[in-house]
Amino acid sequence: MNNKIKKSIPQILTILFVILIFGFLTFNAQVNMDNRGIDFGFGFLKQEASFDIQFSLVEYDGLDPYWWAYVAALLNTLLVAVLGIIFCTILGVIVGVARLSSNYLIRNAAAWYVEFFRNIPLLLQIFFWYYAALRALPLPQDAEPLLGVSYLTIKGFYIPAMVWQNLNIFLYSLLLAIVAIFLIRFYAKKLQENEGKQLPVFYISLGLLLILPLLTFLVGNVSLSFELPVIKQLSVTSFTYVGGIGLPPELIALTLALSLYTATFVAECVRAGIQGISKGQKEAAASIGLTPNQILKLVVMPQALRIIIPPTTNQYLNLTKNSSLAAAIAYPDLVLVFAGTALMQTGKAIEIVSITMLTYLTLSLAIAALMNWYNKKIEIKEK
Amino acid sequence: MTNSKTLTNLYLGSTLILICIIDVTFNSFLKINITNFLPSSISFFLPLILGTFGLYIIRSDYTGLRYLDILNKNVNTTNFNAILTLLILFTIIKSIPPSISWMILDANISGDSRDACTGSGACWTYIKVWFKRFMYGMYPNELHWRINIAFILVIALGLIGLIKFEKLKKYLPLYYVIIYPIIAFLIIYYLISGGAFGLEWVETGAWGGLSLTFIVSFFCLIFCFPLGMILALGRRSNLPVIRYVSVAYIEFWRGVPLITVLFMSSVMFPMFLPEDFFMDKLVRVIIAITLFEAAYCAEVIRGGLQSLPRGQYDAAKSLGMGYWKMQAFVILPQALKLVIPGIANTFLALVKDTPLIFVVGLAELAGMLALAKTNPEWLGFAMEGYIFASIIFWIICYAMSKYSYNLEAKYKTER
Repeated sequence: MNNKIKKSIPQILTILFVILIFGFLTFNAQVNMDNRGIDFGFGFLKQEASFDIQFSLVEYDGLDPYWWAYVAALLNTLLVAVLGIIFCTILGVIVGVARLSSNYLIRNAAAWYVEFFRNIPLLLQIFFWYYAALRALPLPQDAEPLLGVSYLTIKGFYIPAMVWQNLNIFLYSLLLAIVAIFLIRFYAKKLQENEGKQLPVFYISLGLLLILPLLTFLVGNVSLSFELPVIKQLSVTSFTYVGGIGLPPELIALTLALSLYTATFVAECVRAGIQGISKGQKEAAASIGLTPNQILKLVVMPQALRIIIPPTTNQYLNLTKNSSLAAAIAYPDLVLVFAGTALMQTGKAIEIVSITMLTYLTLSLAIAALMNWYNKKIEIKEK
Repeated sequence: MTNSKTLTNLYLGSTLILICIIDVTFNSFLKINITNFLPSSISFFLPLILGTFGLYIIRSDYTGLRYLDILNKNVNTTNFNAILTLLILFTIIKSIPPSISWMILDANISGDSRDACTGSGACWTYIKVWFKRFMYGMYPNELHWRINIAFILVIALGLIGLIKFEKLKKYLPLYYVIIYPIIAFLIIYYLISGGAFGLEWVETGAWGGLSLTFIVSFFCLIFCFPLGMILALGRRSNLPVIRYVSVAYIEFWRGVPLITVLFMSSVMFPMFLPEDFFMDKLVRVIIAITLFEAAYCAEVIRGGLQSLPRGQYDAAKSLGMGYWKMQAFVILPQALKLVIPGIANTFLALVKDTPLIFVVGLAELAGMLALAKTNPEWLGFAMEGYIFASIIFWIICYAMSKYSYNLEAKYKTER
């Protein structure tokens, strides 16, 4: 009995403390909002936003409501995050492997890359790319074509756009190929367990993935053409490109800075993962007759990935959160559009900041939950 | 392979490599293409082809020549490695002349106005003229000594722990956790802010530059550490309410980006304060960053707490210690020692995050750069400014990361 009381007193005090803080804050907010004549509510989301977003993946104009502006801004955030994750993974894996190279120059170049980009604040890097490096690019009329079809100019990066006919048939064929690959892998596993035969699963999968979509071009009436960016004169001195896809310089600067910065951390995760596999594992695998490729695929990678993936997911999460720095160079992401412009126009500070924070929180918790699930799945089952 | 053949190969290979390096160097430094007589596409790839071939024929397992063996072992193990080696060498040779001419040869540093910058290189005059602004923000020029003295005092007081006073050693944690923050706060408040002892009042809006970076990160660190410690203990507590409250706190702050927290502190926080209560913007920002970093700090400390074996808890309990006694005398001293490197890393992240306060209008280094960049008299020097700031931050962060690495190595050997 005594013990129970002893345990409940601190808990009750904590609850009281939390309630007190929240009560105090809510009370103040109530008073302040009454004084300024602001009312609390999310009704503004349905009102007309009447501001423009420079760059958006979905159709958006000023006549659309606030919640649609929110969706457009969120998609911009996700676009930067996905691009950053793709590039930082590629670069990070290359640098991480390079740090373990037997070549002195490569090893040190990779180490210097990591030390250099990791120790400069991300915001400064974004500023550097946006205000210093990308401003040194040529004007649209002076730009030299890259590979003959794309133009890197001070106003953005213009690349050809793909124009599809019967895109849905093509996508169905891709889906079919993926399903077929899964079935074949399943069958190959069965075959190996029952009869000990091995199928060249990789080549079959690659073949399926290439041949099925290609067939649709021949029989499915699918066609693909490219729309090239063409220079257009707006006035005597002002030029731009029309057609194709124009990536704004903000997006380029942000993606560059985020991927170069996060790649250093990913590289360290990869290095730690590969170093974490003891030499005995490889030697043991070799001594039972596995080929070098099999050693990598069946022994080293599954174990290294177990070490690499959790911290790398954490870095992806950081990248997603860091993409909010977009606001500093006016890339229309969630923070700039919603917590910036929309907040200025409506004055609904509490609602808008809460929505913004909750969005990021949901993203983070979702990725964290996914990571925990994956961790559980791959962890070593100890007896 | 006979000895004479090895020697022939060695001479031929070295000659080829020498030719390829001379070709690239001439091309880069003197802008002369000595292989001009060849078609341009061949001339472009010739150094790479010659070098790869040269490295290929001097490659062997063991020659007995010391430097050749070192070369072969380290940069010339396979063809792929040889090509990469050459590419890195070429990149270095190619990038030296333009960077030197931009940074030194064609650069200007004399004079004190924009007109002094006539060369095609960097304009270091810009950095020279704005240097005080980058360091001290809009703080009045004649009062800069106050910031300097405050920093010297704070650092000197922080180093007291290094002096060996055996008698006072047991009071050191108390000093660092409670007394030092208070003294440091008073020094910075009265010396930099002024308003008392005959010192002129300088409002926080004028603070800025690198000194503001230090002030913000210093305060956030000393405040977030105790808070993080409480949260870490809370998360490890066996009382469910306390544990869930701590978990909710930690997960919330770790799930949102710092920039939204800063937005919150500048636009949402004033709404939550009592009506006629005014809180300075800088104070609000420091509170926001402290609350934010405390969550990260808590996770680091929790790592330390978890790595202690159960026996330590059991032993402390069997001696009849209560919860607080056990934490204060047995668990925390050991756990905190373990997490010093982690805390140093958190602090490093904190310093790298401080430029973000720029988004709420506090002009620390990045903010001052943005201000200087848009000054009509100094347009067009963004590159110099950002390179300067990057170098400063790089030196600070690199030194800190090396220091935390040393700490890590030091504490690893002790266990």
